Amino acid sequence: MSGTVLIIYAHPAHQTSRVNRRMMETARDLEGVTVRDLYELYPDFHIKVKIEQALIEKHTHIVFQHPFFWYSCPSLLKEYIDLTLSYGWAYGPQGTALNGKTLLSAITTGGGADAYKRTGHNFYTVNELLQPFDQTARLCGMTYLEPFILNGSLQVNDQAIDAHCNRYRQKIIDLRNGDIGEVYQR
Amino acid sequence: MTDGFLYFALIFLSAAVIVVPLAKRSGLGAILGYLLAGVIIGPFGMGLIKNPEAILHFAEFGVVMMLFLIGLELQPLTLWRLRKPILGLGGSQVALTTFLIAAGCLAMGLSWPVGLAIGLGLALSSTAIAIQLMNERNIFTTYTGQSSFSVLLFQDIAIIPILAIIPLLAVGGDVGSVQQAIEVVEEQAGGSLWEKGLMVIGLVSVIIAVGHYAMRPALRYIAQTGVREIFTATALLLVIGVTFLMKSVGLSAALGAFIAGVILADSEYRHEIEAQIEPFKALLLGLFFISVGMSMNFDILASDWMTALGALLGLLIIKFAVLFFLAKIFKFDFAQNLIFSTLLAQGGEFGFVVFQFANQVNLINADLTSLLNMVVALSMAATPLMLMFYDRVIVRRLQNAQNFDVLPEKPSIKTHSPVLIFGNGRFGQVVARLLQANKIQTTILDHDPKQIDTMRRFGWEVFYGDVMDMELLHAAGAEKAKLLVLAINDREKSVAAASLIKQKYPHLKIYARAYDRRHAYELSKVGVDYFERETFHAALNMGREVLMALGYRAYEARNLALRFAKHDRKILIESFSYFEDEKALISFAQQSREELTRIFESDRTDAELHREEGWDEDDGNKPQIGKR
Repeated sequence: MSGTVLIIYAHPAHQTSRVNRRMMETARDLEGVTVRDLYELYPDFHIKVKIEQALIEKHTHIVFQHPFFWYSCPSLLKEYIDLTLSYGWAYGPQGTALNGKTLLSAITTGGGADAYKRTGHNFYTVNELLQPFDQTARLCGMTYLEPFILNGSLQVNDQAIDAHCNRYRQKIIDLRNGDIGEVYQR
Repeated sequence: MTDGFLYFALIFLSAAVIVVPLAKRSGLGAILGYLLAGVIIGPFGMGLIKNPEAILHFAEFGVVMMLFLIGLELQPLTLWRLRKPILGLGGSQVALTTFLIAAGCLAMGLSWPVGLAIGLGLALSSTAIAIQLMNERNIFTTYTGQSSFSVLLFQDIAIIPILAIIPLLAVGGDVGSVQQAIEVVEEQAGGSLWEKGLMVIGLVSVIIAVGHYAMRPALRYIAQTGVREIFTATALLLVIGVTFLMKSVGLSAALGAFIAGVILADSEYRHEIEAQIEPFKALLLGLFFISVGMSMNFDILASDWMTALGALLGLLIIKFAVLFFLAKIFKFDFAQNLIFSTLLAQGGEFGFVVFQFANQVNLINADLTSLLNMVVALSMAATPLMLMFYDRVIVRRLQNAQNFDVLPEKPSIKTHSPVLIFGNGRFGQVVARLLQANKIQTTILDHDPKQIDTMRRFGWEVFYGDVMDMELLHAAGAEKAKLLVLAINDREKSVAAASLIKQKYPHLKIYARAYDRRHAYELSKVGVDYFERETFHAALNMGREVLMALGYRAYEARNLALRFAKHDRKILIESFSYFEDEKALISFAQQSREELTRIFESDRTDAELHREEGWDEDDGNKPQIGKR
């Protein structure tokens, strides 16, 4: 039992979500896990930076959970990153608040796994497209973990969703228990 | 008597109305116009008015009012900050100029007491001319303006000891001891110096105490009655009362009025008093300039034009040189220095007083007195001409020489806010607080004395006045403001005011508080730049919260509310063309309600389409009530 998990959850259409909503709900009640539902907390995009920074400081493992929009995160999570990971706190001189923490991207993609390769219409792999997140972690002295991905989220059936949610729950438990699993391969 | 008054008024007003606009149009400026009008109607022109001295005496009250208004603009603290230029610049100007002119007079064979009296009289510049010119050129708030004002203020104070010295000079060499000197002064003043001094101190204290403690409640009481002309009467009574008191102990009325003004400078009624006094001041000042023009004695100019012109040139050169030299020491830049020295190089209205007095005590004979008066009047007329010369010739030269510097705006006496807020109730207050929290200077005005009183107790600076009063807006700096927030709660008045303000100050953007749609329509019709319905956003936020309470996600509720607001404003503005026709309006309103429903409907359909196309994981579920 070492450390705690902070899930930064960003979904602008949570009310109509099939997968992300359930993933978040299965993890929410776990001991040692905190969920920040960004679109519910900050509908006007006015992020309370001090509060968010204090929360990050209290947790060891940070999870960005969101649908993959235009090869990136929903805009409010970007706003969160822009403001919260500030100069002199997350990076730059004395910017050591994140040193030694881990960062996990837990994402769902609309397109199937086949779409994310050279022969698919998205050309790049999801891991390649997640490079900005890896580099963000690197600059802040964090360990970026192997992304937790569900492809083809629009096509998957209920059983597949159940299975994915169980895996997600287990992943979060493992993280909480200090088992960080695989690290992102650069 | 009535006929006499009407006759005077007819002559003066006609002269002003005909000549001043012509002068202004032709680039001579208003002051020269007034002076010219005076010459035309005076004894040496058409001879329509025979006794200019009496009118000059009456019109000097315009100068008193001007100083009162200047006092109103000056917080005691600002005055304290100006102490250095007042004493340093003003003091050395009077001393040096007096000395040089007296020396010149001696050289021309006059006795030293006469020379000294002439020097003292001519050292004083014309407050009326200089300040009027500064206002016309909008430089009153600049460093140059402030310095000029400091010098003028010192001169206004200096007039007291100067008038005390004149009788001493009259007895000239006969004064053997200090004791004798005091006796001479006491004889003139008609009482012992001690008594006199105590009276002066007592009187000034009374003015300060009354102004500070009694005036504010009195003004509030009068403002609350809501009878506007009585407020005007009060403002006038205030100035006239102070003038009367000061004159009764032989003090400078202008100085007393100035002190009264300074005391009221931090009162909430400042702008309103200003607005009420301003038209009287302007007219009387015009009358003053006309009388100066009338009193020009062209006989002297005709009989001895060499002496008169020589004296005029001598006066202008000496005063200009002294001022230029002092400004150099006080580190003005070249262009500033030229304006400053030109503005104050003339003789002034106090010169008339000094020479008249010196004539009374037989120090200066009648011929010399009229010559001096003529020289002073001519020098006053010369000042606007010299400034024109500066503008047309020197500025260009300086610009060519590449060392012309635009006047820097140093800390000002009269600060102007970019934003005026009218109405400081529950609406205007929020706007004001947001702006002031961001250090945006705002001038707040309200018509309710009770409201002002409350706000002031919480440390807010709010001024009293009526929004329909264009003079008040002028005093509050509407010319220079960018934007006016019209937040009063009287619907009809706000429309009327917006219309009036738009006509008078087309550059001033009006952001208006609207009561409802119809009011918004009426405001738009008279040209306000932006309106906000006073309860719309509160209601919209309430709707948003209700959606959330019913289980809508915060972000969705926000988006729905924003979309609604956008559509509502668009429809409102479109509907303005139907407002005069109720039937058309009703049918338009029905249509737009349906349109709104359609818009929200199609948003949902779009979302479903997205899902089918496989671009979104949206499954079209409606939010579940009661569950987040």
